[in-house]
Amino acid sequence: MYQNERVIGRASESALATNKVLRNTYTMLSMTLLFSALMAGVSMTLHVGHMANLIAFGGSIVLLWFVLPRTANSAAGVAVVFAITGLLGFGLGPVLNAYLGMANGGQIIMTALGGTGVIFMALSAYALTTKRDFSFLGGMLMVGFIVVLLAAVANIFMNIPALSLTISAVVILLMSGFILFDTSRIINGGETNYLLATVSLYLSIYNIFVHLLHLLGALGGDD
Amino acid sequence: MDMWMKVLYAVMLGMMVLFLWPRAKHMITNSPKATGSDWKSVLIPLLGVVLFVMLLISMV
Repeated sequence: MYQNERVIGRASESALATNKVLRNTYTMLSMTLLFSALMAGVSMTLHVGHMANLIAFGGSIVLLWFVLPRTANSAAGVAVVFAITGLLGFGLGPVLNAYLGMANGGQIIMTALGGTGVIFMALSAYALTTKRDFSFLGGMLMVGFIVVLLAAVANIFMNIPALSLTISAVVILLMSGFILFDTSRIINGGETNYLLATVSLYLSIYNIFVHLLHLLGALGGDD
Repeated sequence: MDMWMKVLYAVMLGMMVLFLWPRAKHMITNSPKATGSDWKSVLIPLLGVVLFVMLLISMV
């Protein structure tokens, strides 16, 4: 009897911890997305060039790989997460300005934004309600991502439009898989650090938005 | 885009590959094996994403 109570107690403690990570992750994610949008607005207003995109991208990678792992368990980690998402948002400015220069640019941006929101919410809801363990996806998603990166490196120099569109389509699918994978890790206790969980989900959302924007800009009508 | 910017982008993406490679190897060897129903549970939502993106493209 006592043993049963202890098992129930541990299970409820674990469920509480999972709910706390999930709540903190979604709170932090919404704040970083807002901050990112604000920084994108700032860089759009300032009309920064493509060089800013490159610097912001490089800076966010340095923070992501070398600073966040050392600060993820401290209060400083919150500032690092905001810095990463702020830089990525700032780097989006020139891209968004380029789309706004198109005839239906505003519509494309809003559709990509809304589409990204719907994809994220639907996949999160699916992972949360089914409570399935998607950890088996990890290896395949990472290999897929590396293949896409290699293809992207090649296409920087080859400049093949069809390959560029294929890369965008594959990235959207891979990032959708990462949303399922990351959400299931939080639910099943594989990820207990809400800052790392936030950055993972943010990067998936960011990539879906950027590549959806690319697909809509290239394949959508321009009337 | 200038050539040097292309090279810089390529170097950054190449570094990402080098950085992610050990993690990918670790994940491949340690990921649990999937069953048929596991794959089905992933393919259904991904198919939904594909159809939704196609809908968005037709709307713009």
